[in-house]
Amino acid sequence: MSGYWSGILAILAINIIFAYGIFVTATAGQLNLGGAGFMAIGAYGAAMLGEQLGWTPAWTVPAATLLTALIGMGIAFPVLRTRGVYMVLATFAFAQVVTGIILTQPALGGAMGLVVTEYVDLPVLLSCAAAVTLLVFWLTATRLGLAMRALHDDELVATLMGVPARAVQVAGFAIGGGLAGLAGALYAHHFSFVEAQYFSPLLSIYVLLFVLIGGTQTAWGPLVGATFFTIVPELLRIGGSWRYVVFGVMIVAMMMFRPEGMVTRTLLARLTGRRRHADAG
Amino acid sequence: MSDAAGVRGMHPLVISAGVAAGCVAAIAGLAALPGGATLAQQVVSGLMLGGIYVAVAVAFTLTIGVLNFLNFTIPTMFMLTGMVAWGLARHGLPFTDAWHWALALPAGIAVAIVASLIVERFTFRYLKTRHGDATEHAIPLVSSLGFLLIFEHLVLIVLGSEAQSFPVRFRLDWQVGPLVVGLPQMASLLLSLGIVFWLSWLLARTRTGRALRSIAESPDTATLLGVEVTRIVPVVFLLSGLLCGVAGALFVVNYSDVSPFMGDHVGTKAIAAMVLGGLGSIWGAIAGGLLVGLMETLGIHFFGGDAAQVVVWTALLAAIVLRPQGLFGGTRIGKGKL
Repeated sequence: MSGYWSGILAILAINIIFAYGIFVTATAGQLNLGGAGFMAIGAYGAAMLGEQLGWTPAWTVPAATLLTALIGMGIAFPVLRTRGVYMVLATFAFAQVVTGIILTQPALGGAMGLVVTEYVDLPVLLSCAAAVTLLVFWLTATRLGLAMRALHDDELVATLMGVPARAVQVAGFAIGGGLAGLAGALYAHHFSFVEAQYFSPLLSIYVLLFVLIGGTQTAWGPLVGATFFTIVPELLRIGGSWRYVVFGVMIVAMMMFRPEGMVTRTLLARLTGRRRHADAG
Repeated sequence: MSDAAGVRGMHPLVISAGVAAGCVAAIAGLAALPGGATLAQQVVSGLMLGGIYVAVAVAFTLTIGVLNFLNFTIPTMFMLTGMVAWGLARHGLPFTDAWHWALALPAGIAVAIVASLIVERFTFRYLKTRHGDATEHAIPLVSSLGFLLIFEHLVLIVLGSEAQSFPVRFRLDWQVGPLVVGLPQMASLLLSLGIVFWLSWLLARTRTGRALRSIAESPDTATLLGVEVTRIVPVVFLLSGLLCGVAGALFVVNYSDVSPFMGDHVGTKAIAAMVLGGLGSIWGAIAGGLLVGLMETLGIHFFGGDAAQVVVWTALLAAIVLRPQGLFGGTRIGKGKL
């Protein structure tokens, strides 16, 4: 496999994990436009643990994931006081604060970034992506997944039916934050370098687009969205900026004609020949 | 209107005049203190910068107030004005060098307005679907992100990614005691405030304004009562295009440079300003814009460039969490908007 394609596969694996991190909150009805902030915490957490304490990636990656999950849980309480557009703005502000703090702390490398010496190879990334995919598929099939879907569709009715809304949403932020942190930790170890500028608002926007264009109804959505947006531009092989213009046009057209995303429950039911179930649900 | 301003029973103009007089007095007092002149100068620059944030923040707040739509193309309109004007002055317009900007900037504003109307055509015109679920409001937001990519990269393709100098030969500084007030900056603060005042008059007193407020309250009821929503919604986009265009033009006049990324910084600051002031409140956006401008210049003065960003964003995060309705927003989001 050429270096070019292994590079793309590495980005794809990280994007898939990251997209699932955003998907888990989106599936419970919360839009997180601060994905880059969580990913940055994971990346810098892994980098600092590796460089300062000399931990190996086998320890830094789980530790960074756990750290980001805890931060996700902590930030969920204030953020969940907000709704709709406010939540989008609150998470956006959170990511800005995170990158702002990184830029101002010399211990974190500031604008110069940090070098990460421990290297994690592509197979690890791919198996992590596969494991996360399976985990999220399993999660959507559990009671927690059902509760999230209920909250997404109608929070009031779900609450009346006895769904503990706050607990489920906090869990969503913790799991989602953890996955974004995992993506960040793997990014840091694979590319051996982290800098705050990478975790820009644009990154948060892109990953949210992966999820929303892929579709939030089923766990296939982020997988399809992230894969599509990572691979198709490479296949198109058109000049740098035109690819983004094509992207933009696709996004606008998608929202006009199929706002629920590429993969929907109905589509899956059709593909697997379960029409009747689809019509009912 | 005045409900949203948070101070009842007084005309907003009276309040504004009072605040303005207070500001001038405070700056004068500060400048008179020993060693206070530099600080007073920072306050003046902060207010001038805030004037630009005000116009963009009002564009944001108007779209959210009426349509509940966080329009991410607003910073792009701002950028389009500057870049298109620069492109025209550079490649197309056969004007004398000294005054090219005077014609190029209005052309840039016109392009921003047209672009804004295109966004309306492809976001709101089609997006009638109502799922009623929690992420429904994301649909126009995602569309606007798509347009952000389209416009930004078209500009990159046509005009390149370099920051460009677009000098405006119109440098008049006004010396007041120890303070230097740039005349273009002063004019831009007044102009952007003037447009906002005009806008609030439009909303409060005209037929169009009443239609806009009725849509903000309830689009369905407005339709039932005979408001033609499809004809009124473009007005929102026209106004936000105009506000961003004017802000972009003022930015060029004041700072004399343009780049395809100039909208990102101003756009995020304007979002911060809008949230601080309270979503959907025009007076809040004015206060928020001036406050963010002040926080930024004073933050840079005391803590340095990157820390200033942290100051602004931490204030924003705190505001969202502690007082989500903002400084001037009503407690009921949705009611009392605008």
